[in-house]
Amino acid sequence: MRLPSWGWALLVLVLVLAFNAAFTPGFFGLEIREGRIYGSLIDILNRAAPVALLSLGMTLVIATGGVDLSVGAVMAVAGAVAASLIARPSGNPLAGIDLGGSIPMIVLASLAVALACGYFNGILVSLLGLQPIVATLLLMVAGRGVAQLLANGQIVTFTEPGFQRLATGSFLGLPNPVWIVAAAFGAFSLLTRATALGLFIEATGSNPVAARYAGVNAKRIKQAVYVLSGLCAGIAGLILTADIQAADANNAGLYLELDAILAVSVGGTALTGGRFSLVGSMFGALLMQTLTTTILTRGVSPEITLVLKALIVVVVCLLQSPVFQQRAARVLRRAQA
Amino acid sequence: MNREAMREKLPILITAVVLVALYIGAGLQFDRFFSLRVFMNLFADNAFLGVVAVGVTFVILTGGIDLSVGSMVGCSSIMSAWLMQHAHLHPVPALGIPLLFGVAVGGIQGYLVSKFDLPPFLVTLGGLFFCRGVALRISRESLQIDHPFFNSLASFAIPLPGNASLPVASIVFLLVVVIGMFVAKQTNFGRTVYAIGGNKASATLMGLPVARTLFLVYVLSGLCAALGGSVFTLYTSSGNAISGTGLELDAIAAVVIGGTLLSGGYGSVFGSLLGISILGVVQTAITFQGTLSSWWTKIVIGALLLAFMLVQKAIEGAASFRSGGASPASSN
Repeated sequence: MRLPSWGWALLVLVLVLAFNAAFTPGFFGLEIREGRIYGSLIDILNRAAPVALLSLGMTLVIATGGVDLSVGAVMAVAGAVAASLIARPSGNPLAGIDLGGSIPMIVLASLAVALACGYFNGILVSLLGLQPIVATLLLMVAGRGVAQLLANGQIVTFTEPGFQRLATGSFLGLPNPVWIVAAAFGAFSLLTRATALGLFIEATGSNPVAARYAGVNAKRIKQAVYVLSGLCAGIAGLILTADIQAADANNAGLYLELDAILAVSVGGTALTGGRFSLVGSMFGALLMQTLTTTILTRGVSPEITLVLKALIVVVVCLLQSPVFQQRAARVLRRAQA
Repeated sequence: MNREAMREKLPILITAVVLVALYIGAGLQFDRFFSLRVFMNLFADNAFLGVVAVGVTFVILTGGIDLSVGSMVGCSSIMSAWLMQHAHLHPVPALGIPLLFGVAVGGIQGYLVSKFDLPPFLVTLGGLFFCRGVALRISRESLQIDHPFFNSLASFAIPLPGNASLPVASIVFLLVVVIGMFVAKQTNFGRTVYAIGGNKASATLMGLPVARTLFLVYVLSGLCAALGGSVFTLYTSSGNAISGTGLELDAIAAVVIGGTLLSGGYGSVFGSLLGISILGVVQTAITFQGTLSSWWTKIVIGALLLAFMLVQKAIEGAASFRSGGASPASSN
């Protein structure tokens, strides 16, 4: 039997959870306080939310054969816009805009800016035909500059319970970010599996020339996935900003683009484009966070997480590499003979 | 110009013109910008980035990418500092051991890329996490270095007229650039690097040692990154595990601005030197200006990067138009 592409991610996730079941007391403990569920598992779901959101958009981008390095910076931009619009500190370039303190308007405005960032990436990749790595590198470098410009070079802090609820509130016992991820996952699944968009994305990624002959407008598909990725990054940025009640243009979402790419490739989507798995990316994001939480709860120094991540990248790459599979098969055959 | 010469020379020519224009523009704008001292500082401030960029140039010439260099700089710098301050090693081995570490990490990356045909992007992403993890494991706090030999090495400088000097960081940088230019243009290794970037399959069919060269390219990049870390240590007289964060992107930006195509095959080490100088001029001009904040550097660099990519695209388009539309590098 052949494993689904996300089989490895799920297997490792189960192994890590099994390890915790055996060695970390109380890891699976859940308790309900004030109508809200608490516990390590919920904590993992909650903390995995930003990377999970990023990896949804990233999955589609990678499936078209591209990559979006700018998502971390776009998170910072969205956060800076939201925080500036809420706090409106004097001297801030956005201080003159009065949305009447309406949270939905502020959220919409921030997401619009994130969408614009994604649109910009899309134009560079689809219309101008630039390599995705370089095209998105641009916004990755300049985006943090723009975020600092919008925040006037300061860490903008605010107190706005309505906005904070986005990250700290809960619904039916589960934290809001978990619901946001679930909704985004549902929307993306519908969009790609209930419509032909998923097929078009896979066609664009596996063979752009053939896709064009088959009548797929590859340019528009590419444009669309970068916009979606920008939107996901915007939502993730808002969650992060609401969580810490501040927008830090330098550090918000730093290196999260790499975590998202890692989650996507661990989840079985090949970086070369073509077939993708949104479920796999979710497992990938959960695996990353489960590892981090495991290391923290076991009191191992957190730097080890980075080394572990490095090992996972290499192992997953090897497992997916045809050359390695052939060699491993040869070694196995020799061992049996 | 014929197509090949145009692809080869035009980007670097444009880079050079932009550099001169920026330099003269800034010089006319600000007093004392034209002094030799400011000119030398351009190199000293970015020497570590320059050393890193030389290694990255080779990787990009093969059509690959190395994301691990930034955290390698941090790792190398904290390792040197720790070896001197806590293991009480002499500065020479303390600066040398991180170089071996750079070679080792680069070697592992090169082995994975060349033997198993893994995507360089992911492999070096692994390297990025690994080096940062090791660096933070060594010490979370930055370490000040105080050692008589190290201090005299760090403050060593060749005095120049006009109150200027060529500090040890710049000397290392210029040496690395010269060696890099020689290796790229005058050796079999360098020619193979260009051949792989041009077309890996035909390089293999020509009987060139593709796997070995790819392996060595990542070793070279690891070594340059670690050496960049040593230069950074000398420049700041301290080690810090989080230094070099995001440096890989500055290095890639400098290489691209220097006219090297990210698809590989076209470019030069000298171009990267020009790219670094442009970054340096932009930074210094913004510092001179005084009222503009430092984040403008990022925006200006982003805008320059965009402009250069568009120029490269236009050249590619013009070149493929002249040759009848067949451009192998623009299939994406």
